[in-house]
Amino acid sequence: MSRPLLIKKGAEASLYVADWHGRKVVMKCRLPKKYRPSSLDERIRTYRTIHEPQLMHEAKRAGVPTPTIFLVDVKNTIIVMEFIEGKQVKRLLAEVSASRRQLLCLKIGELVGKLHRCGIIHGDLTTSNMILSPDEKVFFVDFGLGEKTRELEARGVDLHLMKRALQSAHFRFAAECFDAVSKGYFRVLGCEVGKSVLDKVREIEKRGRYVSERREE
Amino acid sequence: MKDKTADGSYCLGIESTADDFSVGVSTFKGRILANIRSPYVPVEGGIHPREAARHHAEVASNVLKEAFSKSKIKPKNVSVVSFSQGPGLGPCLRTGATVARALASYLNVPLVGVNHCIAHVEIGKLKTGANDPVTLYVSGGNTIVSAFDSGRYRVFGETLDIALGNCLDVFAREAGLRQAEGKPFGAVVEDLAAKGKKFLPLPYSVKGMDISLSGLLTALTNLLKRREYTLEDLCYSLQETAFSMVTEVTERALAHTEKKEVLLTGGVAANKRLQSMVKAIAEEHDARFCVVPSEFAVDNGAMVAWTGVLAYTHGVVTPVDKSFVKLRWRLEEVEVPWVE
Repeated sequence: MSRPLLIKKGAEASLYVADWHGRKVVMKCRLPKKYRPSSLDERIRTYRTIHEPQLMHEAKRAGVPTPTIFLVDVKNTIIVMEFIEGKQVKRLLAEVSASRRQLLCLKIGELVGKLHRCGIIHGDLTTSNMILSPDEKVFFVDFGLGEKTRELEARGVDLHLMKRALQSAHFRFAAECFDAVSKGYFRVLGCEVGKSVLDKVREIEKRGRYVSERREE
Repeated sequence: MKDKTADGSYCLGIESTADDFSVGVSTFKGRILANIRSPYVPVEGGIHPREAARHHAEVASNVLKEAFSKSKIKPKNVSVVSFSQGPGLGPCLRTGATVARALASYLNVPLVGVNHCIAHVEIGKLKTGANDPVTLYVSGGNTIVSAFDSGRYRVFGETLDIALGNCLDVFAREAGLRQAEGKPFGAVVEDLAAKGKKFLPLPYSVKGMDISLSGLLTALTNLLKRREYTLEDLCYSLQETAFSMVTEVTERALAHTEKKEVLLTGGVAANKRLQSMVKAIAEEHDARFCVVPSEFAVDNGAMVAWTGVLAYTHGVVTPVDKSFVKLRWRLEEVEVPWVE
Protein backbone atom coordinates (compact mmCIF):
# COMPACT_ATOMS: atom_id res chain seq x y z
CA MET A 1 0.00 0.00 0.00
CA SER A 2 1.43 3.34 -1.05
CA ARG A 3 1.66 6.14 1.43
CA PRO A 4 -1.55 8.14 1.75
CA LEU A 5 -1.27 11.53 0.12
CA LEU A 6 -2.96 14.53 1.73
CA ILE A 7 -5.18 16.17 -0.89
CA LYS A 8 -7.31 18.47 1.20
CA LYS A 9 -7.03 19.71 4.70
CA GLY A 10 -10.61 20.62 5.35
CA ALA A 11 -12.03 22.24 8.41
CA GLU A 12 -13.50 19.09 9.77
CA ALA A 13 -11.40 16.36 8.31
CA SER A 14 -8.27 15.71 6.33
CA LEU A 15 -8.71 13.92 3.03
CA TYR A 16 -6.03 11.51 1.84
CA VAL A 17 -5.81 9.66 -1.43
CA ALA A 18 -4.51 6.16 -0.94
CA ASP A 19 -4.29 2.80 -2.56
CA TRP A 20 -6.51 0.36 -0.72
CA HIS A 21 -6.41 -3.25 -1.90
CA GLY A 22 -5.71 -2.08 -5.42
CA ARG A 23 -8.37 0.61 -5.43
CA LYS A 24 -7.84 4.32 -5.46
CA VAL A 25 -9.65 5.55 -2.38
CA VAL A 26 -10.22 8.66 -0.31
CA MET A 27 -9.61 8.34 3.40
CA LYS A 28 -11.55 10.89 5.33
CA CYS A 29 -9.93 11.28 8.73
CA ARG A 30 -11.64 13.33 11.38
CA LEU A 31 -8.71 14.27 13.53
CA PRO A 32 -9.20 15.42 17.11
CA LYS A 33 -9.74 19.14 17.48
CA LYS A 34 -7.72 20.31 20.41
CA TYR A 35 -9.57 23.58 20.74
CA ARG A 36 -12.73 22.00 22.10
CA PRO A 37 -13.28 19.83 25.17
CA SER A 38 -12.40 16.20 24.43
CA SER A 39 -15.82 14.85 25.35
CA LEU A 40 -17.53 17.29 22.97
CA ASP A 41 -14.91 16.61 20.33
CA GLU A 42 -15.38 12.84 20.52
CA ARG A 43 -19.15 13.20 20.48
CA ILE A 44 -19.06 15.29 17.31
CA ARG A 45 -16.48 13.20 15.47
CA THR A 46 -18.05 9.85 16.32
CA TYR A 47 -21.54 11.04 15.47
CA ARG A 48 -20.50 12.40 12.11
CA THR A 49 -18.36 9.35 11.24
CA ILE A 50 -21.32 7.05 11.82
CA HIS A 51 -23.98 9.20 10.18
CA GLU A 52 -22.13 10.34 7.10
CA PRO A 53 -21.76 6.88 5.49
CA GLN A 54 -25.36 6.00 6.35
CA LEU A 55 -26.62 9.11 4.62
CA MET A 56 -24.33 8.59 1.64
CA HIS A 57 -25.65 5.10 1.24
CA GLU A 58 -29.24 6.22 1.42
CA ALA A 59 -28.52 9.06 -0.99
CA LYS A 60 -27.31 6.50 -3.50
CA ARG A 61 -30.56 4.62 -3.12
CA ALA A 62 -32.42 7.86 -3.67
CA GLY A 63 -30.68 8.18 -7.03
CA VAL A 64 -28.01 10.66 -6.03
CA PRO A 65 -24.46 9.64 -6.96
CA THR A 66 -22.16 9.43 -3.93
CA PRO A 67 -18.82 7.70 -3.45
CA THR A 68 -19.13 4.05 -2.41
CA ILE A 69 -18.15 3.43 1.18
CA PHE A 70 -15.57 0.70 1.73
CA LEU A 71 -14.78 0.96 5.41
CA VAL A 72 -15.96 2.82 8.46
CA ASP A 73 -13.55 2.92 11.37
CA VAL A 74 -15.57 4.44 14.18
CA LYS A 75 -12.85 4.13 16.77
CA ASN A 76 -10.34 6.14 14.74
CA THR A 77 -13.09 8.21 13.06
CA ILE A 78 -11.93 7.31 9.54
CA ILE A 79 -14.10 6.63 6.49
CA VAL A 80 -12.60 4.92 3.45
CA MET A 81 -14.51 5.60 0.26
CA GLU A 82 -14.26 5.50 -3.51
CA PHE A 83 -12.17 8.20 -5.18
CA ILE A 84 -14.26 10.16 -7.68
CA GLU A 85 -12.42 11.42 -10.72
CA GLY A 86 -13.77 14.73 -11.88
CA LYS A 87 -13.94 18.42 -11.22
CA GLN A 88 -15.36 20.38 -8.33
CA VAL A 89 -18.51 22.21 -9.39
CA LYS A 90 -17.13 25.24 -7.51
CA ARG A 91 -14.32 25.53 -10.05
CA LEU A 92 -16.50 24.60 -13.02
CA LEU A 93 -19.26 27.18 -12.63
CA ALA A 94 -17.00 30.09 -13.48
CA GLU A 95 -15.41 28.35 -16.45
CA VAL A 96 -18.32 26.98 -18.42
CA SER A 97 -20.77 28.69 -20.78
CA ALA A 98 -24.01 30.16 -19.48
CA SER A 99 -26.14 27.41 -21.00
CA ARG A 100 -23.96 24.67 -19.55
CA ARG A 101 -24.06 26.39 -16.18
CA GLN A 102 -27.82 26.42 -16.45
CA LEU A 103 -27.96 22.68 -17.16
CA LEU A 104 -25.54 21.88 -14.36
CA CYS A 105 -27.59 23.84 -11.83
CA LEU A 106 -30.77 22.24 -13.09
CA LYS A 107 -29.23 18.82 -12.50
CA ILE A 108 -28.05 19.86 -9.02
CA GLY A 109 -31.58 21.03 -8.23
CA GLU A 110 -32.99 17.67 -9.30
CA LEU A 111 -30.48 15.84 -7.12
CA VAL A 112 -31.30 17.98 -4.09
CA GLY A 113 -34.96 17.24 -4.83
CA LYS A 114 -34.24 13.51 -4.87
CA LEU A 115 -32.47 13.74 -1.53
CA HIS A 116 -35.31 15.66 0.06
CA ARG A 117 -37.92 13.33 -1.45
CA CYS A 118 -36.26 10.48 0.44
CA GLY A 119 -36.02 12.42 3.68
CA ILE A 120 -32.32 13.19 3.43
CA ILE A 121 -30.94 16.61 4.31
CA HIS A 122 -27.40 17.20 3.08
CA GLY A 123 -26.60 19.93 5.58
CA ASP A 124 -23.78 21.61 3.68
CA LEU A 125 -24.85 22.15 0.10
CA THR A 126 -21.94 24.15 -1.26
CA THR A 127 -20.53 23.81 -4.75
CA SER A 128 -17.25 22.57 -3.29
CA ASN A 129 -19.14 19.49 -2.10
CA MET A 130 -20.22 18.54 -5.62
CA ILE A 131 -18.03 16.81 -8.20
CA LEU A 132 -18.80 16.45 -11.88
CA SER A 133 -17.44 13.13 -13.14
CA PRO A 134 -16.24 12.60 -16.73
CA ASP A 135 -19.46 10.66 -17.50
CA GLU A 136 -21.48 13.78 -16.55
CA LYS A 137 -22.75 12.61 -13.20
CA VAL A 138 -22.79 15.03 -10.31
CA PHE A 139 -21.53 13.33 -7.15
CA PHE A 140 -22.48 14.76 -3.77
CA VAL A 141 -19.91 14.42 -1.01
CA ASP A 142 -19.48 15.51 2.59
CA PHE A 143 -22.68 14.50 4.35
CA GLY A 144 -21.09 15.13 7.75
CA LEU A 145 -23.67 17.74 8.71
CA GLY A 146 -26.60 15.87 7.20
CA GLU A 147 -29.65 14.42 8.87
CA LYS A 148 -32.72 12.30 8.18
CA THR A 149 -35.88 14.34 8.31
CA ARG A 150 -38.81 15.38 6.17
CA GLU A 151 -39.43 18.60 8.02
CA LEU A 152 -40.11 21.63 5.90
CA GLU A 153 -37.80 23.71 8.09
CA ALA A 154 -34.81 21.42 7.46
CA ARG A 155 -35.47 21.37 3.72
CA GLY A 156 -35.72 25.14 3.73
CA VAL A 157 -32.43 25.54 5.61
CA ASP A 158 -30.76 23.12 3.18
CA LEU A 159 -31.80 25.15 0.14
CA HIS A 160 -31.08 28.40 1.96
CA LEU A 161 -27.50 27.22 2.50
CA MET A 162 -27.23 26.35 -1.18
CA LYS A 163 -28.39 29.83 -2.08
CA ARG A 164 -25.98 31.41 0.37
CA ALA A 165 -23.09 29.32 -0.94
CA LEU A 166 -23.87 30.51 -4.47
CA GLN A 167 -24.01 34.10 -3.29
CA SER A 168 -20.70 34.01 -1.48
CA ALA A 169 -18.70 31.94 -3.97
CA HIS A 170 -20.43 32.77 -7.29
CA PHE A 171 -22.12 36.10 -6.66
CA ARG A 172 -21.99 37.12 -10.33
CA PHE A 173 -24.40 34.42 -11.43
CA ALA A 174 -25.86 33.42 -8.08
CA ALA A 175 -29.39 34.46 -9.06
CA GLU A 176 -29.54 32.59 -12.37
CA CYS A 177 -27.92 29.53 -10.77
CA PHE A 178 -30.39 29.44 -7.92
CA ASP A 179 -33.28 29.85 -10.35
CA ALA A 180 -32.06 26.80 -12.25
CA VAL A 181 -31.56 24.86 -9.01
CA SER A 182 -35.14 25.70 -8.01
CA LYS A 183 -36.43 24.60 -11.40
CA GLY A 184 -34.74 21.22 -11.07
CA TYR A 185 -35.98 20.91 -7.52
CA PHE A 186 -39.57 21.59 -8.65
CA ARG A 187 -39.26 18.94 -11.36
CA VAL A 188 -38.65 16.27 -8.78
CA LEU A 189 -40.82 17.37 -5.89
CA GLY A 190 -43.64 18.96 -7.82
CA CYS A 191 -44.87 22.50 -7.74
CA GLU A 192 -46.78 22.32 -4.50
CA VAL A 193 -43.97 20.97 -2.32
CA GLY A 194 -41.38 22.98 -4.21
CA LYS A 195 -43.26 26.18 -3.61
CA SER A 196 -43.74 25.51 0.08
CA VAL A 197 -39.99 24.90 0.47
CA LEU A 198 -39.09 28.06 -1.43
CA ASP A 199 -41.55 30.03 0.70
CA LYS A 200 -39.75 28.59 3.71
CA VAL A 201 -36.41 29.71 2.27
CA ARG A 202 -37.77 33.24 2.05
CA GLU A 203 -39.09 33.02 5.58
CA ILE A 204 -35.65 31.84 6.81
CA GLU A 205 -33.98 34.70 4.95
CA LYS A 206 -36.28 37.17 6.62
CA ARG A 207 -35.49 35.66 9.97
CA GLY A 208 -31.85 36.50 9.32
CA ARG A 209 -30.26 39.60 10.64
CA TYR A 210 -30.64 42.96 8.96
CA VAL A 211 -32.90 41.85 6.15
CA SER A 212 -34.58 44.75 4.43
CA GLU A 213 -37.85 42.90 3.60
CA ARG A 214 -38.56 42.76 7.30
CA ARG A 215 -38.98 46.53 7.37
CA GLU A 216 -42.41 46.24 5.84
CA GLU A 217 -43.77 44.03 8.56
CA MET B 1 -12.81 71.02 0.14
CA LYS B 2 -9.62 70.64 2.11
CA ASP B 3 -6.59 68.80 0.78
CA LYS B 4 -7.24 65.21 1.70
CA THR B 5 -3.73 63.88 1.28
CA ALA B 6 -1.99 66.29 3.61
CA ASP B 7 -0.46 64.76 6.73
CA GLY B 8 -2.43 66.95 9.07
CA SER B 9 -5.85 65.63 7.99
CA TYR B 10 -8.19 64.22 10.56
CA CYS B 11 -11.44 62.30 10.59
CA LEU B 12 -13.75 62.43 13.58
CA GLY B 13 -15.90 59.33 13.94
CA ILE B 14 -19.09 58.91 15.94
CA GLU B 15 -20.31 55.51 17.10
CA SER B 16 -23.76 55.03 18.61
CA THR B 17 -25.28 51.82 17.26
CA ALA B 18 -26.17 50.29 20.61
CA ASP B 19 -25.21 50.90 24.23
CA ASP B 20 -22.02 52.87 23.62
CA PHE B 21 -21.65 56.47 22.60
CA SER B 22 -18.12 57.00 21.43
CA VAL B 23 -16.07 59.53 19.53
CA GLY B 24 -12.73 58.75 17.91
CA VAL B 25 -10.21 60.79 15.99
CA SER B 26 -7.95 59.27 13.36
CA THR B 27 -5.35 60.85 11.11
CA PHE B 28 -5.58 60.03 7.44
CA LYS B 29 -2.58 57.76 7.94
CA GLY B 30 -4.36 55.69 10.57
CA ARG B 31 -2.95 57.11 13.77
CA ILE B 32 -5.69 57.01 16.41
CA LEU B 33 -5.45 60.20 18.44
CA ALA B 34 -8.51 59.74 20.61
CA ASN B 35 -11.07 57.07 21.36
CA ILE B 36 -13.47 58.23 24.06
CA ARG B 37 -16.32 55.91 25.11
CA SER B 38 -19.32 56.38 27.30
CA PRO B 39 -21.26 53.16 27.81
CA TYR B 40 -24.87 53.13 28.89
CA VAL B 41 -25.28 50.59 31.69
CA PRO B 42 -28.90 49.66 32.30
CA VAL B 43 -29.92 49.27 35.95
CA GLU B 44 -31.62 46.03 35.03
CA GLY B 45 -32.52 44.08 31.90
CA GLY B 46 -31.10 44.58 28.46
CA ILE B 47 -30.56 47.72 26.43
CA HIS B 48 -33.72 49.79 26.21
CA PRO B 49 -33.19 51.62 22.89
CA ARG B 50 -34.90 54.81 24.02
CA GLU B 51 -33.07 54.92 27.33
CA ALA B 52 -29.75 54.27 25.60
CA ALA B 53 -30.48 57.04 23.07
CA ARG B 54 -31.28 59.40 25.93
CA HIS B 55 -27.95 58.55 27.51
CA HIS B 56 -26.17 59.21 24.19
CA ALA B 57 -27.81 62.62 23.81
CA GLU B 58 -26.86 63.53 27.37
CA VAL B 59 -23.20 62.59 27.10
CA ALA B 60 -22.58 63.57 23.46
CA SER B 61 -21.19 67.05 24.04
CA ASN B 62 -18.89 65.93 26.85
CA VAL B 63 -17.56 62.96 24.89
CA LEU B 64 -16.92 65.24 21.90
CA LYS B 65 -15.17 67.77 24.11
CA GLU B 66 -13.01 65.05 25.64
CA ALA B 67 -12.12 63.65 22.19
CA PHE B 68 -10.95 67.09 21.09
CA SER B 69 -8.86 67.65 24.18
CA LYS B 70 -7.36 64.13 24.09
CA SER B 71 -6.46 64.36 20.39
CA LYS B 72 -5.18 67.91 20.83
CA ILE B 73 -6.88 69.00 17.63
CA LYS B 74 -9.27 71.88 17.20
CA PRO B 75 -12.68 71.52 15.59
CA LYS B 76 -11.46 73.54 12.62
CA ASN B 77 -8.77 70.88 11.96
CA VAL B 78 -11.37 68.21 11.24
CA SER B 79 -11.45 67.35 7.52
CA VAL B 80 -14.31 64.88 7.56
CA VAL B 81 -16.93 63.61 10.01
CA SER B 82 -17.97 59.95 9.89
CA PHE B 83 -20.68 58.13 11.80
CA SER B 84 -22.10 54.62 12.18
CA GLN B 85 -25.05 54.67 9.81
CA GLY B 86 -26.11 51.11 10.69
CA PRO B 87 -26.88 48.38 11.49
CA GLY B 88 -28.11 48.99 15.00
CA LEU B 89 -30.89 50.27 17.23
CA GLY B 90 -32.92 53.05 15.62
CA PRO B 91 -33.06 55.65 18.41
CA CYS B 92 -29.36 55.17 19.20
CA LEU B 93 -28.29 55.43 15.57
CA ARG B 94 -30.41 58.53 15.06
CA THR B 95 -28.82 60.28 18.01
CA GLY B 96 -25.32 59.69 16.67
CA ALA B 97 -26.36 60.65 13.14
CA THR B 98 -27.87 63.90 14.39
CA VAL B 99 -24.66 64.82 16.19
CA ALA B 100 -22.63 63.94 13.08
CA ARG B 101 -24.83 65.96 10.70
CA ALA B 102 -24.81 68.97 13.00
CA LEU B 103 -21.05 68.87 13.42
CA ALA B 104 -20.33 68.36 9.70
CA SER B 105 -22.58 71.21 8.64
CA TYR B 106 -21.25 73.52 11.39
CA LEU B 107 -17.66 72.79 10.36
CA ASN B 108 -18.62 72.75 6.69
CA VAL B 109 -16.87 69.42 6.05
CA PRO B 110 -18.08 66.29 4.26
CA LEU B 111 -20.07 63.60 6.04
CA VAL B 112 -19.41 59.86 5.62
CA GLY B 113 -21.85 57.18 6.77
CA VAL B 114 -19.97 54.03 7.77
CA ASN B 115 -21.20 50.45 8.12
CA HIS B 116 -20.64 49.43 11.74
CA CYS B 117 -19.66 45.83 10.90
CA ILE B 118 -17.10 46.95 8.35
CA ALA B 119 -15.66 49.38 10.89
CA HIS B 120 -15.02 46.42 13.24
CA VAL B 121 -13.18 44.60 10.46
CA GLU B 122 -11.17 47.66 9.39
CA ILE B 123 -10.00 48.62 12.88
CA GLY B 124 -8.92 45.00 13.38
CA LYS B 125 -6.91 45.12 10.19
CA LEU B 126 -5.37 48.49 11.12
CA LYS B 127 -4.38 47.44 14.62
CA THR B 128 -3.04 43.98 13.75
CA GLY B 129 -1.58 44.64 10.33
CA ALA B 130 -3.80 41.95 8.81
CA ASN B 131 -4.13 42.36 5.06
CA ASP B 132 -6.69 39.89 3.74
CA PRO B 133 -8.10 37.88 6.64
CA VAL B 134 -11.01 35.60 7.28
CA THR B 135 -12.75 37.62 9.99
CA LEU B 136 -14.77 36.29 12.89
CA TYR B 137 -16.75 39.25 14.16
CA VAL B 138 -18.52 38.48 17.41
CA SER B 139 -20.37 40.98 19.55
CA GLY B 140 -23.62 41.60 21.38
CA GLY B 141 -25.48 42.14 18.13
CA ASN B 142 -23.46 40.28 15.52
CA THR B 143 -21.87 36.93 14.78
CA ILE B 144 -20.41 36.97 11.29
CA VAL B 145 -17.68 35.10 9.45
CA SER B 146 -16.59 37.16 6.47
CA ALA B 147 -13.82 37.55 3.95
CA PHE B 148 -13.11 39.95 1.13
CA ASP B 149 -13.86 38.89 -2.43
CA SER B 150 -14.30 41.02 -5.55
CA GLY B 151 -15.04 44.44 -4.17
CA ARG B 152 -16.95 43.51 -1.03
CA TYR B 153 -16.73 41.72 2.25
CA ARG B 154 -18.77 38.58 1.75
CA VAL B 155 -20.63 36.84 4.54
CA PHE B 156 -19.60 33.18 4.67
CA GLY B 157 -21.39 32.28 7.82
CA GLU B 158 -23.47 33.94 10.49
CA THR B 159 -25.88 33.21 13.26
CA LEU B 160 -29.34 32.15 12.16
CA ASP B 161 -30.87 33.57 15.32
CA ILE B 162 -29.18 35.36 18.23
CA ALA B 163 -25.65 36.76 18.39
CA LEU B 164 -22.94 35.16 20.50
CA GLY B 165 -22.61 38.16 22.81
CA ASN B 166 -26.36 38.30 23.18
CA CYS B 167 -26.42 34.61 24.15
CA LEU B 168 -23.82 35.26 26.89
CA ASP B 169 -25.62 38.41 28.09
CA VAL B 170 -29.08 36.86 28.30
CA PHE B 171 -27.74 33.83 30.15
CA ALA B 172 -25.89 36.08 32.59
CA ARG B 173 -29.05 38.08 33.28
CA GLU B 174 -31.11 34.90 33.70
CA ALA B 175 -28.51 33.75 36.21
CA GLY B 176 -28.89 37.00 38.13
CA LEU B 177 -25.34 38.15 37.44
CA ARG B 178 -24.46 41.81 37.47
CA GLN B 179 -22.38 43.76 35.04
CA ALA B 180 -20.49 46.90 35.90
CA GLU B 181 -18.79 49.67 34.05
CA GLY B 182 -15.59 48.22 32.66
CA LYS B 183 -16.80 44.69 33.33
CA PRO B 184 -19.54 43.65 30.94
CA PHE B 185 -21.49 40.39 31.24
CA GLY B 186 -19.09 38.66 28.88
CA ALA B 187 -16.21 39.25 31.26
CA VAL B 188 -18.29 38.12 34.25
CA VAL B 189 -19.18 34.87 32.47
CA GLU B 190 -15.56 34.40 31.39
CA ASP B 191 -14.31 34.65 34.99
CA LEU B 192 -16.88 32.15 36.24
CA ALA B 193 -16.20 29.80 33.32
CA ALA B 194 -12.52 29.75 34.20
CA LYS B 195 -13.49 28.09 37.50
CA GLY B 196 -15.81 25.54 35.87
CA LYS B 197 -14.75 21.91 35.81
CA LYS B 198 -17.61 19.76 34.62
CA PHE B 199 -18.53 19.87 30.95
CA LEU B 200 -22.25 19.37 30.40
CA PRO B 201 -23.51 18.16 27.02
CA LEU B 202 -25.53 20.93 25.36
CA PRO B 203 -27.11 21.43 21.92
CA TYR B 204 -24.42 21.98 19.30
CA SER B 205 -25.90 23.43 16.16
CA VAL B 206 -23.77 24.03 13.08
CA LYS B 207 -25.65 24.31 9.79
CA GLY B 208 -23.23 24.57 6.92
CA MET B 209 -21.27 27.66 7.77
CA ASP B 210 -24.08 29.09 9.85
CA ILE B 211 -24.81 28.47 13.49
CA SER B 212 -27.82 28.61 15.75
CA LEU B 213 -27.51 29.60 19.40
CA SER B 214 -31.08 29.90 20.62
CA GLY B 215 -31.43 26.18 21.41
CA LEU B 216 -28.25 26.30 23.45
CA LEU B 217 -29.54 29.28 25.40
CA THR B 218 -32.89 27.60 26.11
CA ALA B 219 -31.17 24.41 27.26
CA LEU B 220 -28.93 26.42 29.58
CA THR B 221 -31.76 28.41 31.10
CA ASN B 222 -33.60 25.15 31.77
CA LEU B 223 -30.53 23.69 33.46
CA LEU B 224 -30.19 26.86 35.48
CA LYS B 225 -33.71 26.48 36.85
CA ARG B 226 -33.02 22.90 37.92
CA ARG B 227 -30.27 24.15 40.21
CA GLU B 228 -28.34 20.89 39.88
CA TYR B 229 -25.17 22.40 38.51
CA THR B 230 -22.91 25.18 39.68
CA LEU B 231 -22.98 28.44 37.82
CA GLU B 232 -19.27 27.97 37.11
CA ASP B 233 -19.93 24.68 35.32
CA LEU B 234 -22.80 26.18 33.36
CA CYS B 235 -20.71 29.17 32.24
CA TYR B 236 -17.86 26.85 31.34
CA SER B 237 -20.11 24.56 29.29
CA LEU B 238 -21.81 27.52 27.63
CA GLN B 239 -18.51 29.03 26.54
CA GLU B 240 -16.97 25.77 25.40
CA THR B 241 -20.02 24.81 23.33
CA ALA B 242 -20.79 28.20 21.81
CA PHE B 243 -17.15 29.04 21.12
CA SER B 244 -16.58 25.62 19.55
CA MET B 245 -19.44 26.34 17.17
CA VAL B 246 -18.11 29.72 16.00
CA THR B 247 -14.59 28.29 15.81
CA GLU B 248 -15.78 25.39 13.67
CA VAL B 249 -17.50 27.68 11.14
CA THR B 250 -14.50 30.00 11.07
CA GLU B 251 -12.31 27.01 10.31
CA ARG B 252 -14.72 26.03 7.54
CA ALA B 253 -14.45 29.48 5.98
CA LEU B 254 -10.68 29.36 6.35
CA ALA B 255 -10.43 25.96 4.64
CA HIS B 256 -12.86 27.14 1.95
CA THR B 257 -11.15 30.45 1.13
CA GLU B 258 -7.59 29.28 1.83
CA LYS B 259 -6.70 32.72 3.20
CA LYS B 260 -3.58 33.10 5.29
CA GLU B 261 -4.86 35.27 8.15
CA VAL B 262 -7.61 34.96 10.71
CA LEU B 263 -8.87 38.09 12.44
CA LEU B 264 -10.93 38.02 15.60
CA THR B 265 -12.84 41.23 16.23
CA GLY B 266 -15.89 42.64 18.06
CA GLY B 267 -16.66 42.78 21.78
CA VAL B 268 -16.47 39.03 22.43
CA ALA B 269 -12.97 39.03 20.86
CA ALA B 270 -11.73 40.18 24.27
CA ASN B 271 -12.50 36.69 25.64
CA LYS B 272 -9.25 34.82 26.23
CA ARG B 273 -10.76 31.38 25.84
CA LEU B 274 -12.25 32.27 22.45
CA GLN B 275 -8.90 33.74 21.43
CA SER B 276 -7.12 30.49 22.26
CA MET B 277 -9.62 28.42 20.24
CA VAL B 278 -9.44 30.60 17.14
CA LYS B 279 -5.66 30.76 17.46
CA ALA B 280 -5.57 26.96 17.42
CA ILE B 281 -7.42 26.69 14.11
CA ALA B 282 -5.32 29.45 12.57
CA GLU B 283 -2.17 27.53 13.45
CA GLU B 284 -3.70 24.35 12.12
CA HIS B 285 -4.06 25.98 8.69
CA ASP B 286 -0.77 27.89 8.75
CA ALA B 287 -2.61 31.16 8.98
CA ARG B 288 -1.57 34.11 11.09
CA PHE B 289 -3.84 34.71 14.07
CA CYS B 290 -4.73 38.35 14.67
CA VAL B 291 -6.88 39.67 17.48
CA VAL B 292 -7.99 43.24 17.86
CA PRO B 293 -6.73 44.93 21.09
CA SER B 294 -9.54 45.06 23.64
CA GLU B 295 -9.85 48.86 23.53
CA PHE B 296 -10.87 48.49 19.89
CA ALA B 297 -12.79 45.23 20.31
CA VAL B 298 -15.83 46.86 21.86
CA ASP B 299 -17.89 49.42 19.93
CA ASN B 300 -15.73 52.50 19.56
CA GLY B 301 -15.51 55.77 17.68
CA ALA B 302 -11.94 55.18 16.51
CA MET B 303 -13.04 52.38 14.21
CA VAL B 304 -15.67 54.64 12.69
CA ALA B 305 -13.12 57.44 12.26
CA TRP B 306 -10.62 55.13 10.56
CA THR B 307 -13.22 53.58 8.26
CA GLY B 308 -14.37 57.11 7.49
CA VAL B 309 -10.81 57.91 6.38
CA LEU B 310 -10.72 54.83 4.13
CA ALA B 311 -14.07 55.61 2.56
CA TYR B 312 -13.52 59.34 2.16
CA THR B 313 -10.06 59.01 0.61
CA HIS B 314 -11.62 56.62 -1.91
CA GLY B 315 -14.31 59.01 -2.95
CA VAL B 316 -17.16 57.93 -0.67
CA VAL B 317 -19.18 60.76 0.86
CA THR B 318 -22.73 60.75 2.20
CA PRO B 319 -24.80 63.83 1.34
CA VAL B 320 -26.89 64.93 4.31
CA ASP B 321 -30.14 64.17 2.49
CA LYS B 322 -28.94 60.57 2.03
CA SER B 323 -27.71 60.13 5.58
CA PHE B 324 -30.76 58.32 6.94
CA VAL B 325 -29.77 55.60 9.37
CA LYS B 326 -29.99 52.03 8.09
CA LEU B 327 -31.15 49.73 10.85
CA ARG B 328 -30.60 46.56 8.85
CA TRP B 329 -27.59 47.41 6.71
CA ARG B 330 -25.85 44.18 5.85
CA LEU B 331 -22.09 43.95 5.59
CA GLU B 332 -22.14 42.59 2.05
CA GLU B 333 -24.28 45.46 0.74
CA VAL B 334 -21.33 47.82 0.96
CA GLU B 335 -18.82 48.39 -1.85
CA VAL B 336 -15.33 48.70 -0.38
CA PRO B 337 -13.19 50.43 -3.02
CA TRP B 338 -10.30 50.79 -0.58
CA VAL B 339 -9.47 47.08 -0.53
CA GLU B 340 -7.46 45.77 -3.47
